[in-house]
Amino acid sequence: MELVFALVIGTLTATGVFLLLRARTFPVVMGLTLLSYGVNLFLFASGRLTTGGQPILGSTDNYTDPLPQALVLTAIVIGFAMTAFLVVMALRNLADNDDDHVDGKQPKQDAHTSKLEREVTGK
Amino acid sequence: MNHWLTAPILIPLLGGILQTFMGYAPMSLRRTLALATTVLIVVATLGLLFMADDGSYRVYAFGNWQPPFGIVLVLDRLAAFMLVMTSVLALFCHLFALGGADEGNRQFHTLFLFQLMGLNIAFLTGDLFNLFVAFEVLLIASYGLLMHGGGTARTVPGLHYVVLNLVGSAIFLISVGMIYSVTGTLNMADLAVKIPQVTGENLHLVKAGGMMLLVVFALKAAVLPLCFWLPKAYAHATAPVAALFAVMTKVGVYAIIRVYLLVFGDDAGELANLGMDWLFPLALITLAMGVIGALGANNLRSLIAWQVIISVGTLLAPIALGSREGISAALFYMLSTTWTVGGLFLVATLIASNRGGAADRLITAPKMRHRTCLSALFMVGAVAAAGLPPLSGFFGKILILKSVEPGANMAWLWSVILIGSFLTVVAYSRAGSIVFWRTVDGHLEAKDEQHWPTSFAAGALTALSIVIVALAGPINEYTDAAAAQLLDTSAYLEILDAPMVGEDN
Repeated sequence: MELVFALVIGTLTATGVFLLLRARTFPVVMGLTLLSYGVNLFLFASGRLTTGGQPILGSTDNYTDPLPQALVLTAIVIGFAMTAFLVVMALRNLADNDDDHVDGKQPKQDAHTSKLEREVTGK
Repeated sequence: MNHWLTAPILIPLLGGILQTFMGYAPMSLRRTLALATTVLIVVATLGLLFMADDGSYRVYAFGNWQPPFGIVLVLDRLAAFMLVMTSVLALFCHLFALGGADEGNRQFHTLFLFQLMGLNIAFLTGDLFNLFVAFEVLLIASYGLLMHGGGTARTVPGLHYVVLNLVGSAIFLISVGMIYSVTGTLNMADLAVKIPQVTGENLHLVKAGGMMLLVVFALKAAVLPLCFWLPKAYAHATAPVAALFAVMTKVGVYAIIRVYLLVFGDDAGELANLGMDWLFPLALITLAMGVIGALGANNLRSLIAWQVIISVGTLLAPIALGSREGISAALFYMLSTTWTVGGLFLVATLIASNRGGAADRLITAPKMRHRTCLSALFMVGAVAAAGLPPLSGFFGKILILKSVEPGANMAWLWSVILIGSFLTVVAYSRAGSIVFWRTVDGHLEAKDEQHWPTSFAAGALTALSIVIVALAGPINEYTDAAAAQLLDTSAYLEILDAPMVGEDN
């Protein structure tokens, strides 16, 4: 279970970081979401992974730590609110700059590629 | 248990909630209530300052849970000092905002008060996870404030600011998880007990967690590789917001002082003084970077934004060395630089509003209005910020220079700070002479729209630099005592045995 769990966290984080480094706001938002999933799972694992455990000391041999679950819950709520805000910011950026590049403006395209693009998109 | 500790959190919370529901009330009523809330915060924090001055720790345990099981608020000299610094700055920023900056968004006062609440929680909390929550509270309010006032110029810097801080939050959570997985606690006092006992493989885990925590705090404090978001964001924010943000980087500095002196301090066994050998050169490079940025700035507000980075570098260098004198000097300089930079942001905005189309860009323009008054204010601010005698920045820098012991560190610190200060003076004189002296023929078409709150707030905040000089003795005694209290970590651990309500003692 540990291996699967670690791989999931690793994949989520790696994908998140990769998307975070993209130049468009939409992949960046997706990247941050995936990153926060990875982080939440990681926090959850910081209380050790047990199945069928009880969160009360002394009741069974199989004890699970309840505190990381409370931390994860807080982190989920905060991450959700922040993502919602970020989506609004990204939309505002799109509306203000007519472009969803993270720096507001696209780098200038040379004539050849823009001609190609016109041909491809039919604009 | 001391219930007064919750006052700096509850007052802005309740005041902010009140403002939320008053979005359609008359402007004058909203402004009066909002300003009254900020005045109340100042009174409460001053009360806490006098309370903390006896040198003991005061604890408030939420829900009467014995620490380390519940969240605690802890008041000591450093926390009270930060609270007063923030609330006084906020009072003048708020007053400035009444001059018209609060129009255009019904929730400006709400966000402003929630921002103060987040800052106050961060200064008072004694729990690492609660510190994360405080960061999030102050950040989400700051996102709103940064975007306040509209204008497309703010969108992109705002987006960068939000994304960077969200990544910072993710790293914060990872490091909190790593530290918790080994120590099983997040209470700072309890961490200070548990960290020295960590051995073997777990040591690396805690070490990695601690270093990641330093990355997060360095991002908040805008230390060099993580400082490039700041100049754009601050230079584009509305004046009172930019001035209030002068304290935001200090939250990062505060967190470094609190966590690294207490949890990874001299008594932390194998993890003693974790990361401080990294912080010292980084602080000096940050200072140098700030000076270069200030020299290259093409408008007044980005010049001042780079001044924020200069002051972070100057502050962190003595903190990284960790001597009592150094921490005391850093606290003194922090008070001076926060108020001065805040005042300069306000003055720069007044200058911009009196220069017509040229605004605060460093270009020749027709003669501005109110030139004498504004140039005097700018000079006071610039002298205090650059650290020239006789104003407060000079005393702060002298204390920092005096605090290092002779050696390689001293050579580096002295040369970087002194050359940096000289070049800062050059940057300010260049900016001042272009803005105030080099004029072209012509006249300004825009009407004179000066309101008394804006001029008064900008003048008073700048003049606080003179007040610091007048009170330099008592302030320095206080910061000395605060530094001594910080380095004596054994007293902090006694909060673990603090009696709860209802126990027989």
